Amino acid sequence: MPVIAIVDYKAGNLTSVRLAFEALGIPARVTDQSAEILAADRVVFPGVGAAGSAMRNLKALTLEDTLREVVRRGTPFLGICLGTQIILGHSEEDGGVETLGLVKGNVRLFRPGSPLDKVPQIGWNAVRLRRLHPVFEGIEDGSEFYFVHSYYPSPDMDADVAGVTDYAGVEFASVIGHGNLVATQFHPEKSGRIGLRIFQNFSQWDGRC
Amino acid sequence: MGRTMLTKRIIPCLDVRDKKVTKGVKFQNNVVLGDAVALASRYYEEGCDELVFYDITASAERRPIDIEMVREVARAIHIPFAVGGGISNLEDMSRVLLAGAEKISVNSLAVLDPRIIAEGSRAFGAQCIVLGMDPVRAEDPVRFPSGYEITIRGFRERTGLDALEWAKRAEGLGAGEIVVNSVDADGTRGGYEIRLTRLIAENVRIPVVASGGAGNPAHLAAAFREGKADAAIIAGMIHTGEYTIPAIKEELAAAGIPIRRTW
Repeated sequence: MPVIAIVDYKAGNLTSVRLAFEALGIPARVTDQSAEILAADRVVFPGVGAAGSAMRNLKALTLEDTLREVVRRGTPFLGICLGTQIILGHSEEDGGVETLGLVKGNVRLFRPGSPLDKVPQIGWNAVRLRRLHPVFEGIEDGSEFYFVHSYYPSPDMDADVAGVTDYAGVEFASVIGHGNLVATQFHPEKSGRIGLRIFQNFSQWDGRC
Repeated sequence: MGRTMLTKRIIPCLDVRDKKVTKGVKFQNNVVLGDAVALASRYYEEGCDELVFYDITASAERRPIDIEMVREVARAIHIPFAVGGGISNLEDMSRVLLAGAEKISVNSLAVLDPRIIAEGSRAFGAQCIVLGMDPVRAEDPVRFPSGYEITIRGFRERTGLDALEWAKRAEGLGAGEIVVNSVDADGTRGGYEIRLTRLIAENVRIPVVASGGAGNPAHLAAAFREGKADAAIIAGMIHTGEYTIPAIKEELAAAGIPIRRTW
């Protein structure tokens, strides 16, 4: 039976990600072991918290090269929230952090003009699909997902932007698609039935677009 | 498709005692409405945006939160939910979050020991820490410039704290969200306390949730529009079956309020 590895690098609580796969009956294992991650058929890279400590944890667990290898091999890879941010090259968080650089781009802080645009953005916002990525199969364009974030992904290449969302005066990449790597700024595991559909699609995706 | 917008959240509140949902007026005369997990699942299916559970007797009875119920809820629904009541330290917070809750709501505990906000925020992230507050109208503009005083322990004790001062202090300590639950409006179904909700929403940079007094969809529209709330808690109006979540959302959408339409 194909197995999904959920990478545990001490960046937040993985319970809801695990329970979402469990609800779908899809075998998924939470792990911080390089060998298990490399042996998996698919890899989920979640994360909540700050980029600086997340990168320190990845280094301490010596998982940076593991993740590069996963992406290089063409294994389907799903980033979520902070996981999505640190696959880019640099984050403005924590005074500036060099991140994985699996996709070229930066992570920037929301700087709203209106005091009523609260930071973090917390709640349900829509995603406009730029193209139909296989993990969005069966999901209506403009569907809403659950977001919690103060920083947003900003890939260099327009081709890497699979979906966009507007908040605090910017249009940001809420979905990144780059070969076998797909990543959402929102939390599919907390986005109800439509979010679970993304996990379902991911579990059947071969990593090709 | 045009620009997207952050939608206003509609959050059913379940007051739970022994896995049953109860509803009272001003914390009194509670009647049992049904099984908590079943009701949560129904609201989830109907498209609520988030849920909040208060283990209402936990603090008074000095017993810990019903962690097994939190686990059952987390298996049943895949949207964020908050849990409050019966949390007295970081360890309790950690257990609730690891059981699958997204957020923890602290209220009386935070007044008695504000450090819990800072510690919780550092340990789990600000987005996990919700400050619940129970303000009551207070006619003493010198002591209470906002016009409201914070009460604790289910409205039973006054604290001498001004509501707006407390909100700003909690934000500074690292709270991620503030629920403004009006003692005067609670359970009346006569509308939210708009004035205070707006005062707080305009003076903090974190989301503010209106709570207490919802009786019809127009009350929610007012909380969002005039009260500048980011989210609104509802209870009696749906627990009694008078309104459903889709009906509330339809009316809000017709009134031009951005709400979540797909689920």
